[in-house]
Amino acid sequence: MRLRFVAGEVWNGLRRNSTMALSVALVTFVSLTFVGAAALTQMQVQQLKDAWYGQVEVSIFLCQPGAFEDNCAEGPVTTVQQDEILEVLEEGNVSDLVQSVYVETREEVYENIVEADDTGVYSHVEPEDFAPVLRIKLHDPEQFQVVADATAGLPGVQSVYDQREVFQDLFSLLNSATILAAVLAGVMMLTAVLLITTTIRLSALSRKRETNIMRMVGASRSLIQAPFMLEGAVAATGGAILAIAGLWFAVRYFVEGWLTGSIPWVDYISSDDVWAVAPWLILAAVGLALIASLFTLKRYTRV
Amino acid sequence: MIRFDEVSKVYSRGARPALDGIDVEIERGDFVFLVGSSGSGKSTFLKLILREERATSGDVWVAGRQLNRLSNWRVPQLRREIGAVFQDFRLLPNKTVYQNVAFALEVIGKSRREVKATVPEMLELVGLAGKERRFPHELSGGEQQRVAIARAFVNHPPILLCDEPTGNLDPGTSVGIMRLLDRINRTGTTVLMATHDDEIVDQMRKRVIELKGGRLVRDQDRGVYGLETV
Ligand SMILES: Nc1ncnc2c1ncn2[C@@H]1O[C@H](COP(=O)(O)OP(=O)(O)OP(=O)(O)O)[C@@H](O)[C@H]1O
Ligand SMILES: [Mg+2]
Repeated sequence: MRLRFVAGEVWNGLRRNSTMALSVALVTFVSLTFVGAAALTQMQVQQLKDAWYGQVEVSIFLCQPGAFEDNCAEGPVTTVQQDEILEVLEEGNVSDLVQSVYVETREEVYENIVEADDTGVYSHVEPEDFAPVLRIKLHDPEQFQVVADATAGLPGVQSVYDQREVFQDLFSLLNSATILAAVLAGVMMLTAVLLITTTIRLSALSRKRETNIMRMVGASRSLIQAPFMLEGAVAATGGAILAIAGLWFAVRYFVEGWLTGSIPWVDYISSDDVWAVAPWLILAAVGLALIASLFTLKRYTRV
Repeated sequence: MIRFDEVSKVYSRGARPALDGIDVEIERGDFVFLVGSSGSGKSTFLKLILREERATSGDVWVAGRQLNRLSNWRVPQLRREIGAVFQDFRLLPNKTVYQNVAFALEVIGKSRREVKATVPEMLELVGLAGKERRFPHELSGGEQQRVAIARAFVNHPPILLCDEPTGNLDPGTSVGIMRLLDRINRTGTTVLMATHDDEIVDQMRKRVIELKGGRLVRDQDRGVYGLETV
């Protein structure tokens, strides 16, 4: 009986205030689209990091003959120096961060360079003109700076190079995009809360007569308030569903349909990831409506 | 059933009290008229019983409850034991007669079966059998007030409060309403009615409580509307 009653009241309220309900649904739609976009961008960043950082390595270039860096003033790296550097990496206090160290010998360095060279510039060099390179894999590539600091000053180290730097620009771009989306989402959510608050207030005022009678005959406070709360929640959930649909279409046709074809070397998020975000968006919509109700109903449906 | 112990009500700081040191007791099954000029505190008296307002000082007891100590979440329970009727009927314009009365039962969680069984019986009692499907605007004032009384009494509360129920009705129609209230009183219901209607009070010869400027100035069994104003 009560359930039917509440459902009927919600339906009537939505019908009578259909324009307001629509505006609540739309503002929730827009704000949650931004929230969802921010979440998906972050997921994309995470996915790229996982995919690329697995292949990233830190390279320590040891002093070559003729290197002019200050650290190499004493001439090319010696075997003793090389062993000391290896010891720092494998047994020193950064050893926890290091997954593996591969020593690329002079000959390998030479071969790699000559092989990749089609210009002939390197045709006169000999393996003895190079120094070995230490290729290091880290457990967590984000820790690059710690390893670099620990090794950069050691005698025999010419330079430390991290491939991760190449991706850094891309990631900071994506992170800025996330922040922008999050800020817009925040503003839109605030708008949504304010609008839902106004809607519930108008709805409560327009049904003053009804709620007064309910109070008089002894309806419980929760029964009086439930229709208003649910009205907001239903409209907001409608908005969330629109947002999910919008994001799904965007990912399906823009990312999966177009980006994957035109820039294929990146590992993209898929429409499945939208489904992972979806429950949270619905939860956020209901949360928004409930927050707005709490603000309003205390004042407009007193005991 | 209802007891006021030194009850005062001050609406806003510094204002003249709307009720001032009221001491009165109303027994189960009583029929009581509450009279007094406009602004004397009659509606305030009724609002305190409904716990729509709280006494500033003193104790209000209703149906065994001390209302100053009643927590908010228990107030609905109290109101299920009190029916209330007002001068302006307060019906829902978009519901039929039947639906208006049923509404009072639905919102306190009565089953469909109970609603179906009680509502026609109640409409019969107030003399509206056959008009279940009318809307309020299709009824006369007297009939609308009967709907309001049916709604207030459908749950058979032990107390019925009426705030000037005949205030908008002509004398002939008012007599009909009074007959109905008298019938309800005869079922053992305590009826407390605030009114300006001297003819009715004089005819009914019930207990009369008179307020003046918030003070109780007369409490008379089988009284008349006003001694000095007649
Ligand atoms: N909500 C309120 N806030 C402030 N003052 C109020 C409020 N309600 C009533 N009053 C004041 O309390 C006093 C008593 O009012 P009340 O409504 O009880 O009178 P009444 O006897 O019912 O009058 P009437 O016969 O005109 O209905 C009046 O002076 C009124 O101005
Ligand atoms: Mg009054």
